[in-house]
Amino acid sequence: MKKFETLAATAAPLFLPNVDTDVIMPKQFLKRIDREGLAEGVFHDVRRTDDGMLREDFPLNQARYQEAKILVAGRNFGCGSSREHAVWGLLQAGIDVVIAPSFAGIFFGNCEKNGLLAITLPEEQVSRIVDLVEGSERPELKVDLENCQITLPNDDVIDFEIQEARRRNLLEGRDHVETTLAKADAIRAFEATRQDPRNW
Amino acid sequence: MTTPQTLYEKIVAAHTVEQLDEETVLLYVDFHIMNEYTSPQAFAGLHSADRPVWRPETHLAVVDHVNPTRSIKSLDEMDDADARLQIENLGRNCQRHDIEIFDLFDTRQGIEHVVVPENGYALPGMVIACGDSHTTTYGALGALGFGIGTSEIEHILATQTLVYQVLKPMRVRFEGALPDGVTGKDMVMAFIAEAGVSGAVGYAVEFQGEAISALDVEARMTICNMAVEGGARAAMIAPDEKTFSYVSGRPRSPQGEGLDAAKAHWKTLQSDPGANWAKEIVIDMTRIAPQVTWGTSPDQCSPVNGQVPDPAAIDVASDRAAAERALEYMGLTPGMKISDIHIDRVFIGSCTNSRIEDLRAAARILEGKRVADGVVAIAVPGSQAVKREAEAEGIADIFRDAGFEWRGSGCSMCLAMNDDFVPAGERCASSTNRNFEGRQGRGARTHLMSPEMVAAAAVTGRVTDVRNLQKD
Ligand code: SF4
Repeated sequence: MKKFETLAATAAPLFLPNVDTDVIMPKQFLKRIDREGLAEGVFHDVRRTDDGMLREDFPLNQARYQEAKILVAGRNFGCGSSREHAVWGLLQAGIDVVIAPSFAGIFFGNCEKNGLLAITLPEEQVSRIVDLVEGSERPELKVDLENCQITLPNDDVIDFEIQEARRRNLLEGRDHVETTLAKADAIRAFEATRQDPRNW
Repeated sequence: MTTPQTLYEKIVAAHTVEQLDEETVLLYVDFHIMNEYTSPQAFAGLHSADRPVWRPETHLAVVDHVNPTRSIKSLDEMDDADARLQIENLGRNCQRHDIEIFDLFDTRQGIEHVVVPENGYALPGMVIACGDSHTTTYGALGALGFGIGTSEIEHILATQTLVYQVLKPMRVRFEGALPDGVTGKDMVMAFIAEAGVSGAVGYAVEFQGEAISALDVEARMTICNMAVEGGARAAMIAPDEKTFSYVSGRPRSPQGEGLDAAKAHWKTLQSDPGANWAKEIVIDMTRIAPQVTWGTSPDQCSPVNGQVPDPAAIDVASDRAAAERALEYMGLTPGMKISDIHIDRVFIGSCTNSRIEDLRAAARILEGKRVADGVVAIAVPGSQAVKREAEAEGIADIFRDAGFEWRGSGCSMCLAMNDDFVPAGERCASSTNRNFEGRQGRGARTHLMSPEMVAAAAVTGRVTDVRNLQKD
């Protein structure tokens, strides 16, 4: 997994509640057995008209948000299906950070496993970021995970909170399986003492 | 004296290999289920790191998401090459690692969350994970089931554990008796409407109350299955005698003396009096009517005798915008009666409502009636075993005589990854769990409801209060 480094980049607003993973990555992009080719799938069905043209009213299609690496989203982002393809696709499309008032549980876990930084902030703060991003000439944010700070387009700095273990995992780009396999003895010891649920 | 614990806390404690930090444990997973579309990249990761599967006998793979539901005798009859590759790939991965698989031609095949309880793989007290959000289904048996992503599938394959963030316990109490014509589906939809789709995010929900006890185990599965649409990553019901008799005698359940010993343990799987709940919701059963969704999120839901709401009346700007967008997508006008919504298609199926009791309930409405003119109706039993049972009982004939297509098992039109989908602009009454934009096909308009309500919509061609038909 790649390490997360401080990022100064364009942020795009998508401030609707309950954007689900079917919308983030529609089913026609789930038919592969590898992780490739998913950038095209991100928001595909809401991003394009029925005949495949880009819709101008969709933020990521607008020139000012073209280079976005940060998404400022609504409550319960990533709800619905567990499909990790949603996270792979966002990363492949260049999105490294999503800021939202809350995230659905499975999606939140999937982000961390792939090095996508999901930041939770109170709804009013997210709403304020959306206003600043939409209202500024340069819709840019700086996200510093070392110090847990976001610099807004007007140069205000706000703090965010993240669980320490998650922060370290993201900064160091750890291989989760390897970290757990270092505890193989503890897992075996646990297995030796427990009752098998099928075999009383 | 020990501190009183909730059922959820007891199961987590019994599966904690190591406390990692205040909120996180290394959790031991008893059983893990895989399907063909979220597991390939997990196996690929395992292979590229050259790691073995920790305990192959604790995994089961099921083909259910991409397969056609028309009857085929070999994969050569599939026209979707990508879907076929996923099915074959799952077979190869299972063979390589000695993992049990219910492939398309296995008589036990079906939707993962239907076949797992059916075959006795899910038992009270177990921790069960699967790369699918509706794994909460097993909570109905007093197990802790939850959905995971592909990276976590790889983690379980390699380590038998998960780095697990412990949830806060939440109690949902249904007060009062189950009214006539109201089902488990209506109860869970009413819960989601009340709590909102993020109302249970971060919580492990336990459902309690007289109405829950009154439900059969399959209806409880419907509740725990769909609770994830309220954001719950765990949804449980304490096991009782109904649970014990449901799990007894199934192929993978304990037998004989083992069963007696297991039962003695299962009886301890209750939340203690005085346990602490971080959040509580009480739902008054007398207020629950059959439920129908009008929008594109499962909490955009109304009793069948209600009306499509007016977004202008919603205070929060982002919710108002979402409701406006939903009504536009759904082609509905504020204030119209829910029962004035006409229907083009109906679908009975999915891991929420395709078990035998669901089909029996729908058949009671359909018996002696015909699907309304112009309505396309399909029924997809949750498993091949359910299908056989329904055929033996004559239920399949009731469906066919009413004008339904009677299909093979799979996820089918619940997520439309195979060729069963709702065409753009058409309106579908569906016994499934998600009414998201495009879920049943691009531009498809989904109204979620119970299988009985779907049957009622099928025969009248519009959303109909099933209680009116039941009076006939
Ligand atoms: S039936 Fe629908 S919800 Fe259930 S596992 Fe299949 S796709 Fe998912």
